[in-house]
Amino acid sequence: MTKGLIFDIRRYAVHDGPGIRTAVFFKGCPMRCAWCHNPEGILPRPQQMTRERMINGRKKQVEETVGEWMESKEIIDLLIKDRVFYEESGGGVTFTGGEPLARPGFLMDLLKLSKKHGLHTAVDTSGYAPADVFMQVAGHTDMLLFDLKTTDNAKHLSYTGVDEKIILQNLLSLREDGPELIVRIPVIPGFNDQLSEMVSLRDMLFKIHAPLLRVDLLPYHKWGRHKYEALQMKPPGEFQSVDEQMALPEIMKVFSDAGFSVKKGG
Amino acid sequence: MTERIRFLRKKSLEAENILHHERAVLVTSFYRDRLLQEDPVPVQRARCLQYILNNKQLHIGREELIVGERGPFPKATPTYPEISLHTLDDLDVLNNRPKVSFKVSPETRLVYEKEVIPFWDGKSNRDCLMRKMTPEWKNAYEAGVFTEFQEQRAPGHTVLGKRSWEKGVLDLIAECEASTHSLNCKEDAEAASKAAQLQSMIIAGRSVIDFALRHADALDQMAYIETNEIRKKELRDLAGICRKVPAQAPETFHEALQHYWFIHLGVVTELNPWDSFSPGRLDQHLLPFYRNDIANGRMNREQAKELLQCLWVKFNNHPAPPKMGVTAQESNTYTDFCLVNLGGLTEGGEDGVNELSYLILEVIGEMRLLQPGSMIQVSLKNPDQFIHKALEIIRTGFGQPSVFNTDAIIEELLRQGKSTRDARNGGASGCVESGAFGTEAYFLTGYFNLTKILEITLHNGFDPRTCRQIGPTTGEAEALTNFDDLMEAFKQQISHFASVKIEGNREIEALFARRLPAPFLSLLIEDCIGKGQDYNAGGARYNSSYIQGVGLGSVTDSLTALRYHVYDHKTISMKGIMDAIAADFKDYEEFHEKLLFNTPKYGNDDDYADLQAVRVFDLFFNAVDGLPCWRGGQFRINLLPTTCHIYFGSVTGATPDGRLAGKPFSEGISPVQGSDKQGPTAVLKSASKIDHVKTGGTLLNQKFLPAFFDDRESYPKLTALIRAYFRMKGHHIQFNVVSADTLRAAQKNPDQYRDLIVRVAGYSDYFNDLSKDLQDEIIMRTEHAG
Repeated sequence: MTKGLIFDIRRYAVHDGPGIRTAVFFKGCPMRCAWCHNPEGILPRPQQMTRERMINGRKKQVEETVGEWMESKEIIDLLIKDRVFYEESGGGVTFTGGEPLARPGFLMDLLKLSKKHGLHTAVDTSGYAPADVFMQVAGHTDMLLFDLKTTDNAKHLSYTGVDEKIILQNLLSLREDGPELIVRIPVIPGFNDQLSEMVSLRDMLFKIHAPLLRVDLLPYHKWGRHKYEALQMKPPGEFQSVDEQMALPEIMKVFSDAGFSVKKGG
Repeated sequence: MTERIRFLRKKSLEAENILHHERAVLVTSFYRDRLLQEDPVPVQRARCLQYILNNKQLHIGREELIVGERGPFPKATPTYPEISLHTLDDLDVLNNRPKVSFKVSPETRLVYEKEVIPFWDGKSNRDCLMRKMTPEWKNAYEAGVFTEFQEQRAPGHTVLGKRSWEKGVLDLIAECEASTHSLNCKEDAEAASKAAQLQSMIIAGRSVIDFALRHADALDQMAYIETNEIRKKELRDLAGICRKVPAQAPETFHEALQHYWFIHLGVVTELNPWDSFSPGRLDQHLLPFYRNDIANGRMNREQAKELLQCLWVKFNNHPAPPKMGVTAQESNTYTDFCLVNLGGLTEGGEDGVNELSYLILEVIGEMRLLQPGSMIQVSLKNPDQFIHKALEIIRTGFGQPSVFNTDAIIEELLRQGKSTRDARNGGASGCVESGAFGTEAYFLTGYFNLTKILEITLHNGFDPRTCRQIGPTTGEAEALTNFDDLMEAFKQQISHFASVKIEGNREIEALFARRLPAPFLSLLIEDCIGKGQDYNAGGARYNSSYIQGVGLGSVTDSLTALRYHVYDHKTISMKGIMDAIAADFKDYEEFHEKLLFNTPKYGNDDDYADLQAVRVFDLFFNAVDGLPCWRGGQFRINLLPTTCHIYFGSVTGATPDGRLAGKPFSEGISPVQGSDKQGPTAVLKSASKIDHVKTGGTLLNQKFLPAFFDDRESYPKLTALIRAYFRMKGHHIQFNVVSADTLRAAQKNPDQYRDLIVRVAGYSDYFNDLSKDLQDEIIMRTEHAG
């Protein structure tokens, strides 16, 4: 029985793959994306986080531990609770994070157990993992939600802290009989929201062999910022919100004109 | 929407709610000057109806295509002094209260003072009823253990079935005559009373026909002087319709709607039945008329829609009769709970969704009125597309239509012994109440305060608020040394109060049967004619009496807190909890925090907490279900609150779940506001652990942020959510699509949010018309973002 560090298990996740899903959030990520909205997923150890709660109309600050070492069996027991909803909606479970591929043994264990229980699986990943780990996971999941940020490696390095080469190699190593693929592109103003950037991302998609179902565009939002404070972490970057009325439709058009199915949000 | 409908809708929305003395004066004058003492009571009641309908002022509004009003004009609401007499103080309260007020003119007040009150004082049914209740009953009633639905209103709570859409009142009268002829005076000791009952039904039927004919005459006169040729023709056509229906069976769509409306007016003029009266399965009943008219070219889809919308205006013109005291608190709304059913199964068990189901959904979406309430029945056989269409309206955030599980309703009705045919012809009425339409008299008798009974249990049968020993002594809290002892004591208290309530209701049923029969309603509901027996006396094919449990979430969380902290983990002693709740948690902040935040809660799919919900449910069910009611049927349970969770909370001290004294309880079978942290699937899982099929209805509200509905892809997911809940035999689910921010803004600036309608509990209401407590309670409900 393996254990993994989990910072949240969210039921009724409806933006992380098809149908109604339960999302399991792995804690720990090798990347340091400047726009990260799940800062509690970054460090691979439990952390203290301050939260506010209301008692008799008064606000009170309490300390909570984020991150719990859980056994795979414990997690599976939680996942199967919503089986009736997965069945009715064509949903399942999504392993996300943090970076689930940073805990390959635990992830594989969960994927195999999920299969054993007849659950549809998706893995939400940055693709930043050794090739053998990536291929092993790809061989055991029904779907990959694969995040792409930019095709400019220098920019990638400076905004995420890691080299993009390994990510792209992993993406292109997926074969036609691989898992279904959804590519997710965060739209970050000032980082990758220029049309030229999106065009080169689109061109990258042409090279993919795996069955690409859809491209999800995830507009940057500031919802995660208060969490940095609560964790006493420093927000790594500051960005504008995406103009969803004007800018986003144009970006979506880049992909839809090329014949890709594209969607705002997951 | 046509100009006509825009005009009628606006007029209806702008009409002021008025308490009008017309009916009170006519009833008083009938009983004082015209009553024949030698007449049997049913005949007296039928003649009273006849006198009202013959003498009341008619109202035929400009542009109307469906005519008839209960009062002298729209929203002029009658009173029923023979059932419950308003005092002058009552009239002043109604006139002045900030919410759900009714204007009382000086003339009305004077008429009440000089005529109505002097005649009825001490003689109304409510006076009689209260005199008959035992001290045990009164103590429990005053403590807020239960309420009494028939205190100010007649039992009713029923729905028109298929037969009355297919027959004219003359056909029903002919059946009464045949039934009279077949009476065997030699062998049947009750033949005389049956004959009197049938005679009363004939008189009542003729009264409603005559009422329609009065309209026909008035319409002809209006047509005569009308200069606009188009309207002239409309008035003439309408006069023709009123000469035909409800006397004869309707043949066209327009006739069918007007037929229903006259019948509706007859029922709500005769008495003031709870939950008004309902047309039932409207898309099923109207379909033959609709298809026929369309095929013959008599009418097109748009014309059908306009006629339906004219009917919608009629419902909206009729607020619930002015309620006082506890009745006003338990059901604090203008809504009178007529509930239109769409979809579901046909009598033959086929998919009942048809073109009219979709047309009526459009009507609901365009009209956006409080009344009539609307719902969709969803069976496994109904298409997802139907649910999607309903979600398109639900997303606009006025809480309609609500969503019901047809397959569960049918199973509930079958468990109670209804035939397959009658069960399939059933549905839900009022808030969420299952019934066999057209064949069942299912009385709601009052709400039952489960959490209050736990409070009384913890005080050894003593009510701390009224300072009376009102229950049996089942042991001091600290003497209950394990959780099973506590549950046993709780069980005894529940059984005690259920018995007190049920004995009271048997008296009350007998009282209504004797004093206030309903001859016109009896004509409509099957088998009253054949049995020669009144609706209120057991004449219907099926007779049920319901007690409605309130606050399942609150009582569950309170029991769970005790089990967790006192018995299983020993983190707080029973004395500690009793001291803390006695102090309303003042100076017990540490305990309070533990109870609120470090305790398993119902609504999170956590068996530890949910088990208590199941145990409470079983206790309540076992204390009530199957016990005989006076009319020959059985008592049943359901779980819904209307606004009673506010009232019941107000009479109950602090509770072990951390709720402060006087604060609202949880609503329906929903979790305590804000305590469900695992999202909607966990709520639905928790809620489905109780056995819905053993009830006659449960009520679950879920609040969603509007943004969640913006995405079209959310529709199949919400549909799946509904389907999954129904697969687990959930009875009903409703969505409030509004954000807490919007509601807070509306609280601050009511004038800017005059149109804001929200789902309360089994019905929708204007946010501004809700009490502050209820507004706060809705804001507190957990909102799901998805």
